[in-house]
Amino acid sequence: MDLNMHLNAPHSMGTTIIGVTYNGGVVLGADSRTSTGMYVANRASDKITQLTDNVYVCRSGSAADSQVVSDYVRYFLHQHTIQLGQPATVKVAAYLVRLLSYNNKNILETGLIVGGWDKYEGGKIYGIPLGGTLIEQPFAIGGSGSSYLYGFFDQAWKEGMTKDEAEQLVVKAVSLAIARDGASGGVVCTVVINLEGVTRNFYPGDKLQLWHEELEPQNSLLDILNSPSPEPMNI
Amino acid sequence: MSNSVIEVPPKGGFSFDLCKRNEMLAKKGLNPPSFRKTGTTIVGLIFQDGVILGADTRATEGPIVCDKNCEKIHYMAPNIYCCGAGTAADTEAVTDMVSSQLQLHRYHTGRESRVVTALTLLKKHLFNYQGYVSAALVLGGVDVTGPHLHTIYPHGSTDTLPFATMGSGSLAAMAVFESKYKEGLTRNEGIELVTEAICSGIFNDLGSGSNVDVCVITKAGKEYLRNHLQPNPRTYTSSKGYSFPKKTGVGKSCLLLQFTDKRFQPVHDLTIGVELGARMISIDDKPVGLQIWDTAGQESFRPITRSYYRGALLVGL
Repeated sequence: MDLNMHLNAPHSMGTTIIGVTYNGGVVLGADSRTSTGMYVANRASDKITQLTDNVYVCRSGSAADSQVVSDYVRYFLHQHTIQLGQPATVKVAAYLVRLLSYNNKNILETGLIVGGWDKYEGGKIYGIPLGGTLIEQPFAIGGSGSSYLYGFFDQAWKEGMTKDEAEQLVVKAVSLAIARDGASGGVVCTVVINLEGVTRNFYPGDKLQLWHEELEPQNSLLDILNSPSPEPMNI
Repeated sequence: MSNSVIEVPPKGGFSFDLCKRNEMLAKKGLNPPSFRKTGTTIVGLIFQDGVILGADTRATEGPIVCDKNCEKIHYMAPNIYCCGAGTAADTEAVTDMVSSQLQLHRYHTGRESRVVTALTLLKKHLFNYQGYVSAALVLGGVDVTGPHLHTIYPHGSTDTLPFATMGSGSLAAMAVFESKYKEGLTRNEGIELVTEAICSGIFNDLGSGSNVDVCVITKAGKEYLRNHLQPNPRTYTSSKGYSFPKKTGVGKSCLLLQFTDKRFQPVHDLTIGVELGARMISIDDKPVGLQIWDTAGQESFRPITRSYYRGALLVGL
């Protein structure tokens, strides 16, 4: 039965994940949908996971694989912090994630974005896609929804943004991807990491800006029946 | 992935070679024997004092219902219970194993088990077997840090949620939860909502059925309400009970005595094996001797009496 097949499919996070550096730190953003085939298994998942006090990772791809990788890296970083005697750097966290992803590339299916702030380098974003490449970037996007954002970022990204500009950019980008990607949805979660510490923000789906052809939420059947039908496509 | 020519010595860990062989065989048309699955609707929700878990009670083996009243809410610790969907053997084995591990851990630490401990033990095990241990679980409990509810998928991923449903009936149950769940439910409201969600699975999903089990866990303790609701009673039993056709005490020996001796004896001993009676009657003015064999009706004499039917001219039933 088709439905059964979908319920037994591996739990994957269709996803849109973003990491952006700004003048003084980083902003990480993600949607909140976890899908099993065609069913939304969790509409309020938290894809931005803590690795240390100052380093967070955005997870995409297989839910199980990304959870296990981040659990192991958190454990290694904890030991490393004890041995080092001071907070771990973002680079070390990213290196550990890359080590696990690359050495187990045959069995893992997960794309991650590591972002954080440390006193040596400031705010840094590292992208670790499928296969286990490590690439340091001023901004990184990942997940199935990222396909719709490459052009957007080419146009909208600029160096030296302020914290608010960067956060608004991330929220706008995730909400654009949610509008176009079926596997992304729910709410937009952002995490801002800088010298002062970590701030989590949450933007519910119905409070986001409406894009092209998106309708206001409608509660009454009368509204739905009376709304104009969409224009037919011109071929 | 390139096919390597060099033989690489196997590293440690589980070998999935036979799993790949099974997949190849299935593609060629050879299907493995069907096993007992719990098609299932399992749910959990967090209410104001703790956690409520619910499950249906049908176990299926392909299209057949093999158990109409199985238990899907498994004990993990005095304060932690786990509902299981998927292959029945897998859910039972994995919850049993982790329950023992938790007991040992309690001995080592001297403390009450925490729900996240059970969660980590389960997810580690399931991830190691890469989804081949087909157990989808709803884990709930109350520990020192408060009430917790988690879902665990066969591949090892977990979610932490205020309300959750799993199994083939999860869509039906989730529809009920999404429309009626709110934070801060009371105990009775919670039980009613859980029952409604399970019933929705029972009546709308073919893999779920029979009765509703509920388990309420709070800081004070747990309450396992087995068969809390039985919305599918057996309606086709006759009120008078069933009787089966009688073969003993119907009057065979009595009949023979009357025919041969022309007398009636109200009380007879039980016929052992076979008894012979004889009588002369005349048919068309010719004398005919009748040999009448009175066979015992009891089942235990069946092998003996059967051999007397051969060559008989007449059989009286």
